[in-house]
Amino acid sequence: MKYIGKKLITLIMTLFLVSVAAFLAFQIIPGDVVTSILGTEATPEREEQLRQELGLDKPPVVRYFAWAADVLRGDLGVSYRYSKNMNEMMPVAELIGDKLPVTLWLAAVSMLLIIGVSIPLGVLWARSSNHFLDGLLGVITQASMAVPSFFLGILVTYLFGILLKLFAPGGYISYQENFSGFLGYLFFPAMSIAVPKIAMTARFLRNSMLTELRADYVRTAYSKGATKRRVMYRHVLRNAMMPVVTFLGMIIAEIVAGSIVIEQVFSLPGIGRLLISSISTRDFPVVEILILYITFVVIFVYFLVDILYRVIDPRISEA
Amino acid sequence: MKRIRSFNESISGNKYLAAGLIMTGLALVIGILGLFWTPYSTTAMSAAEKFAPPSIRHLFGTDNFGRDIFSRVMKGMGTTIGISALVVFFSGTAGILLGAITGYFGGLLDEAVMRLTDAVNGFPSILMALVIISILGNGKHNVIISLGIVFIPSFVRIVRSEFIRLRDADYIRRARLMGVGRLRILFVHILPNIFSVFWVSVMIGFNNAILAESGMSYLGIGVQPPDASLGKMLSDAQGYLQSAPWYALAPGLAIVWIVLGFSLFSEGVRRCGE
Amino acid sequence: MKTGFHWKKKLCGFLFTALLATAVLGGCADGTGESSGDDSSMESMTESGASVPEEVQNGSDQGNSVVVGIQQDIDSLDPHKATAAGTKEILFNIFEGLVKPDENGNLICAVASDYTISEDGLVYTFILRDNVKFHNGNVVTAEDVKYSLERVSGLLDGTPLMSTMSTIQAVDIIDEKTVQVTVGSANTELIYSFVAAIIPSGSGEEAAAEPVGTGPFSYVSYTPQEGIVVEKNPEYWQDGLPYLDQVTFKIVNSPDTALLELQGGSIDIYAYLTDSQAQALQDTFQVIASPSNVVQALFLNNAVEPLNDVRVRQAILYALDKDAVNDFVGGGSGALISSAMLPTLQDFYVDLNDVYGTGANVEKAKELLTEAGFPDGFDLEIAIPSNYEFHMQTGEVVVESLKAVGINATIQAVEWNTWLDEIYNGRQYQATISGITCDMTPGYLLNRFQTDSKKNFINFQSEEYDEIYQKAQATLDLKEKAEYYAELQKILVDQAGTAFLQVPANTTAISKKLEGYRFYPVYVQDMSTVRFVEE
Repeated sequence: MKYIGKKLITLIMTLFLVSVAAFLAFQIIPGDVVTSILGTEATPEREEQLRQELGLDKPPVVRYFAWAADVLRGDLGVSYRYSKNMNEMMPVAELIGDKLPVTLWLAAVSMLLIIGVSIPLGVLWARSSNHFLDGLLGVITQASMAVPSFFLGILVTYLFGILLKLFAPGGYISYQENFSGFLGYLFFPAMSIAVPKIAMTARFLRNSMLTELRADYVRTAYSKGATKRRVMYRHVLRNAMMPVVTFLGMIIAEIVAGSIVIEQVFSLPGIGRLLISSISTRDFPVVEILILYITFVVIFVYFLVDILYRVIDPRISEA
Repeated sequence: MKRIRSFNESISGNKYLAAGLIMTGLALVIGILGLFWTPYSTTAMSAAEKFAPPSIRHLFGTDNFGRDIFSRVMKGMGTTIGISALVVFFSGTAGILLGAITGYFGGLLDEAVMRLTDAVNGFPSILMALVIISILGNGKHNVIISLGIVFIPSFVRIVRSEFIRLRDADYIRRARLMGVGRLRILFVHILPNIFSVFWVSVMIGFNNAILAESGMSYLGIGVQPPDASLGKMLSDAQGYLQSAPWYALAPGLAIVWIVLGFSLFSEGVRRCGE
Repeated sequence: MKTGFHWKKKLCGFLFTALLATAVLGGCADGTGESSGDDSSMESMTESGASVPEEVQNGSDQGNSVVVGIQQDIDSLDPHKATAAGTKEILFNIFEGLVKPDENGNLICAVASDYTISEDGLVYTFILRDNVKFHNGNVVTAEDVKYSLERVSGLLDGTPLMSTMSTIQAVDIIDEKTVQVTVGSANTELIYSFVAAIIPSGSGEEAAAEPVGTGPFSYVSYTPQEGIVVEKNPEYWQDGLPYLDQVTFKIVNSPDTALLELQGGSIDIYAYLTDSQAQALQDTFQVIASPSNVVQALFLNNAVEPLNDVRVRQAILYALDKDAVNDFVGGGSGALISSAMLPTLQDFYVDLNDVYGTGANVEKAKELLTEAGFPDGFDLEIAIPSNYEFHMQTGEVVVESLKAVGINATIQAVEWNTWLDEIYNGRQYQATISGITCDMTPGYLLNRFQTDSKKNFINFQSEEYDEIYQKAQATLDLKEKAEYYAELQKILVDQAGTAFLQVPANTTAISKKLEGYRFYPVYVQDMSTVRFVEE
């Protein structure tokens, strides 16, 4: 309990620090949202009016705390940049709520691929006594881990999109429009995310299983007359899976953060792309919430992983 | 049976090491050479030779300005390796200093630095680099600075935990009793002993730096054109995938080559060390 | 046809050629003075509009909807507040002004059916067209016009939304079909500002107001980062238009993916193709190049060392290889220019390309550099907005051609906002490559090079220029105006104020299933005349 409390305090402090840092960064970055919106044709009167409309005429400290108070009350504010209709701006919650499923589904499909491929692969690899297969998998996984995701994305586009015509590159299908088409399109960016992670997870699982196989209880189990199959799946895989699960947890955090690049490659309208365009249009309310959100997911997943570790292995003390 | 496996592993360890050495060596030679000499100018344009496919004349073909892609890949490799080395050097040095002080002395400073690195760690590194670049502006110097900052926490963690482990070791206690100065203990008695652990994180850091640098160039915020950079070449090439696929393959494979070579090398070192 | 088919009769052309000959300003002239080609296209348009059977027109939804790829997100759904050219080109389909541009760069009447301008140029009288309806079904009244004009001119709340309209002193309703506008100073170019959208009275202030206009298409939905959907306005005042039931303007992440999307069939029309993309699509699409209204230049900051020396600027102009820029980046289809006037504005344009030549003149450039005290060249930083691939690529060619005369130029890619803040507004730069999107007023570009202009971001200084510009504005005689404008263009070139490069061609790919796409000299995507080819 004490541990969880301490972690929670860290989480809140980190979120606070990150929000202040992002706010400060926006004070320093050249170019403000007013010039961004009005462009080169702005009249001074209109600039002044817009500055007031957005509340930018108030001092930074006042603005930060007003913003923070709103967020704590559950009001995420409105975008500076995106319109909802003629006279109102898009609420940040609505804007992000609309983009979030894209990123979440991308992460989900990627995870499914990673789990679905890496676990059988890792088991097969650990069991194989064939040196050739062993070496081959070693080289392939090592090579897959060396491919940056954006290059993999380009390769996937070229191979499956242009040569094999399995999907229309850039032809993203909205999830509201056609869900299965949406998932079908997501499969390819998910693949670009998954391949290096599959390699990592399979290696990790194999090493973990090999370690377990050398453990004393395996020899005991054999000596008690357990079948190889039973030992393998009942004991070894089960024990070896524990660290793998935590490893997968970290991968989730990585995918959420790493979607920024892959969404760019496949022109997916997810939160990564929203973040990049919002930084460049100085849409502060959107950027701030997105950064907080991503930070929260990352820290929270690490936190869960940590808890899981403790549940699995009670020996870890409160350091 | 156990003996056979370890025998096998040490052989493949040597193989890893050999393959890694050859690949990394080649990448270093080509890259460093590329900074000073290339078969063709990396910027001279030729209208007559736009999008020439790979040939003896142009090993990797030419790009939309008729520039020799092989020459640009050479220069790009040199630039990427150079930037990554500097990033690791700066963040590694900062990591040693901060990690040593916080790990050895502990206390309030330790708590503050650790909370800060926690915060930075929770923040996705590419995002952090993006924000820093937005403030500083584009360009390779700023890439070195921003990645340098982003990479510090991982080194601090490693170094700190090693210093915590060693600060109460017997030989350090003895040295303290003998009146050895703090700085001497930190950097002469402890530092050399964490080298093997530190080395692993340097190698991982170097590979991450290569990937991060090329990712930033891919997003257009790294090395500025017309200077060659692997990431920028890839993003330029994406528009010509159909008509000139070689344009994307060459810089992409160059990145894979460097990263793979280096990770084989470090894997080899690890296995042989076991 | 119950409203009577007035299209041709009431079509009003505000032709510069016609104006140069006549002293009377304004008035909706008979459109017949136009080229005969236009007439025939109009004829065929109505014919096919009448001959297409209902079933075909209202066939399957898919058959009658088109997806247009666009490059930028919408900056506002309020037509008066939208500033991005990329937004205006879409809102053109939803909103209309009293007048609107046609594909020849002339103004035709839209919500107004006729107008007159008083001899002194101070009073504009607009007669409203009968039975023009808003998308909400209401007929456009004089009240709506008054409201819209007062809103853009700042009479409503003191904040003009269009700077050119701030000269309006009063908007008066004469009768239910007549609106009179009084302006503070005469300006022959002001009429172009009346393209400002007419919106229902009060809608600009109403909460949650959906965009409602009088255009050929009505607004359906907008999704940030994805696009905007519009549908046919069945009561559009131009009979037979539009043909399509639905148009989706889809935001395409990057020009790279645009090509893939065209090939994959997820978009049907895409403008602003690069040269190599155009080549890749040559066989499968209708690929058409037309002059754009963007002026691309290597802008030189006249106020910083060493560019404050006219000889240095001239050296740069000599050194530039515009032919190479056009060849590598524009696919050879751009129009090379040397001063601040669109070549399409034929009555005002002066060809000054011979002054410095369009190729590289290395000797002359080196000579001037030596004279100016830089025999070995100097360092030059060129800032370029990184979101414009076209300018970035131009930058690479420019750096190469400056290298030949010893100038060591480097590119600094900046975010668009940084560009606006530090370069455009802050003027903290040496050189920059960018484009200026012009409207159809001939003085648009010249205006900004007055010494005290807020838009004079190159810090150009010439008293002579300022004087002549004032004279040009004062005159109501267009011939005289054209002469003054010619002098201004010449001064800019002689002083090497900035290195104008080209007016890039706007290359558009259109699906072979479609016809009737019209090209405008301004930034517009008019979908009203687009239709499916009958098979």
